Amino acid sequence: MTQRRKALLAFLLGPGAGWLLLFFLLPGALVIVYSILTRKDGGGVEWIVDFSSYVKLFSPTDGAVINDFMVIFARSLWWAALTSFVCLLIGYPLAYFIALQPAHVRSTYLFLVLIPFWTNFLVRTYAWKFILNNNGLLNTLLQDWGFERIAIINTPTAVLIGLVYGSLPFMVLPLYASIEKLDFDLVEAAQDLGANYLSVFRRIILPLTAPGIGAGIVLVFIPVTGQYIVPTILGGGKVAMLGNLLAQQFGPALNWPFGSAISVIFMVLLMAAVVFYLRSENRDGEAGL
Amino acid sequence: MAATFDVELRTVTKHFGSFTAVKDVSLGIRQGEFFSLLGPSGCGKTTNLRMIAGFELPTSGSILLGGKDVSQLPPFKRNVNTVFQNYALFPHLSVSDNVAFGLEMKGIDKAEIAKRVKETLEMVRLPDSGKKKPNQLSGGQRQRIALARAIVNRPQVLLLDEPLGALDLKLRKAMQLELKELQRQLAITFVFVTHDQEEALVMSDRIGVMDHGVLRQVGTPAAIYDRPADRFVADFIGDTNFLPCRVVDHRNGTAHVQVAGLTMSASSDQTLTDNSSAYLAIRPEKVQLYGPDTPHNPNEERFAGVIVETVFMGTDTRYVVELAEDIQIVVRQQNRNIASTRFALGQTVDVGWETVFARVLVS
Ligand SMILES: Nc1ncnc2c1ncn2[C@@H]1O[C@H](COP(=O)(O)OP(=O)(O)OP(=O)(O)O)[C@@H](O)[C@H]1O
Ligand SMILES: [Mg+2]
Repeated sequence: MTQRRKALLAFLLGPGAGWLLLFFLLPGALVIVYSILTRKDGGGVEWIVDFSSYVKLFSPTDGAVINDFMVIFARSLWWAALTSFVCLLIGYPLAYFIALQPAHVRSTYLFLVLIPFWTNFLVRTYAWKFILNNNGLLNTLLQDWGFERIAIINTPTAVLIGLVYGSLPFMVLPLYASIEKLDFDLVEAAQDLGANYLSVFRRIILPLTAPGIGAGIVLVFIPVTGQYIVPTILGGGKVAMLGNLLAQQFGPALNWPFGSAISVIFMVLLMAAVVFYLRSENRDGEAGL
Repeated sequence: MAATFDVELRTVTKHFGSFTAVKDVSLGIRQGEFFSLLGPSGCGKTTNLRMIAGFELPTSGSILLGGKDVSQLPPFKRNVNTVFQNYALFPHLSVSDNVAFGLEMKGIDKAEIAKRVKETLEMVRLPDSGKKKPNQLSGGQRQRIALARAIVNRPQVLLLDEPLGALDLKLRKAMQLELKELQRQLAITFVFVTHDQEEALVMSDRIGVMDHGVLRQVGTPAAIYDRPADRFVADFIGDTNFLPCRVVDHRNGTAHVQVAGLTMSASSDQTLTDNSSAYLAIRPEKVQLYGPDTPHNPNEERFAGVIVETVFMGTDTRYVVELAEDIQIVVRQQNRNIASTRFALGQTVDVGWETVFARVLVS
């Protein structure tokens, strides 16, 4: 490579690489470093290497901590899975519907999907609290229509509603992108060969939009595991998730190394999952698509 | 009622909004026939085919397959298969799985499917391509797989929408013959859409010529070429001289017309009115050039003219002969021997043709 081409490459790749370094690798490295340092009273870390956080996490003698951690960990994964599933169930038909609209209408629908991003997530979650409260909009309406009031706030249902609400656009957008790319001649070809609507969906549409489904699930699943706002506001702190555990360690418990250690474990597991997903994607990609 | 036709369209009309894509088309296609729908781009050929396949429902009229009205049936309930213009092969399935798709949908057992897929791949002469993905095939190979995917089902009717359109000329010619041979072997009714008149003439048992959604003429290639029903058909298929004329008299399908003072005889299937204006249509290769003093053929009419243009074209030579002021006629003569090229620019010659080949067309 000539000197000039090297310079050009650096110029082109520089900003992106810098961005990744500053906002992704550096914080990640910081968390890893913190996780092997010593706790400092009143927050922060002492720069003395100490693996006690990991020992604490996995030591069988410290049963209470690991149990707590495992329960919250499992719950986070479960909530993330459930949220992804519900988002997929709602998001797929929605994305399909948008993709079938004439081109000029599509952008309007996509715009509507994106509108919530214009408001702070915290504010929107509080809005849900007002809707779901015992004296909130939902219960007022139910009462007006002659139904029983329901206690929904501070329940897992309220958390799920909040999580699904917040994640839906992240499911709809990649799904839309892959459905919009779908060649509808293939649908006709399948019908022509005797496939009814269900078979067309199962054998043609679903496999061809699988990349969108995968991307949507990754984009919903990972942020939800770290959710902190929704469980706090709509779950009343009763349904603690990983985010809450971390907040507790970095906040009231003032144990930064332990909080960092939890993050690291979780980061490793999620990364393994994503790598696994990308691998399987690539294998499909090589063979066709 | 016995099914006289494999495919029948009865007064079929299709509107898209206020636009009429197919207008009052009635047509019967016989079992085992190679039938082509021919017409310029946008004339409604694909729409017709899509209505037979079930992708579009006719606005009015009905469609029958094997004598049964299928107008309202969805595509997967019709015993027809389509070879799409862009092939529409499933990109995520291997070639074998593509070909097996229709049989799987019918619930045929695995061993039988494997056997028939193998047979069919051999039939389209790609026996070793089963494991490949469609994007690993060339255009011509994809075309064969699209064909295999359709014929493996042994449909009652095979619909082909410009299946050779994307191939280069040489491959196209080879595939024309192959396709024709395949159709003969399988004895399946083919409905073949093309805008290439030569392709239609070469391959078809019968041709339906369409224009602006209207079916203008149905007939064998020879009938359509030699006896075009109207001006559009005469113009669209092959080259034709149109000489403006006035009808002098007509009787039993023969007429006398006046072309710039010359009286000519011609045949016609159209309703003529004496003294109305019309066109006398005659194809360039039906016209014969004569030097002075050649003996006269009794079936022929002859007129004197002057050669105003000659173009040597290899197998033949194209002459333009002026018969009268503003009346020119294009003549093609085969270059069969040295004598064929004896006509020169500015020479006075006789042009003659058998009167059966001259047609009077009002519209
Ligand atoms: N879904 C549709 N909506 C509106 N108009 C349509 C639709 N499908 C076809 N048309 C119109 O109907 C007319 C006939 O279309 P069709 O596709 O049948 O033509 P074609 O003869 O197959 O032409 P080509 O040789 O270019 O394929 C065209 O003018 C086209 O614009
Ligand atoms: Mg077409």
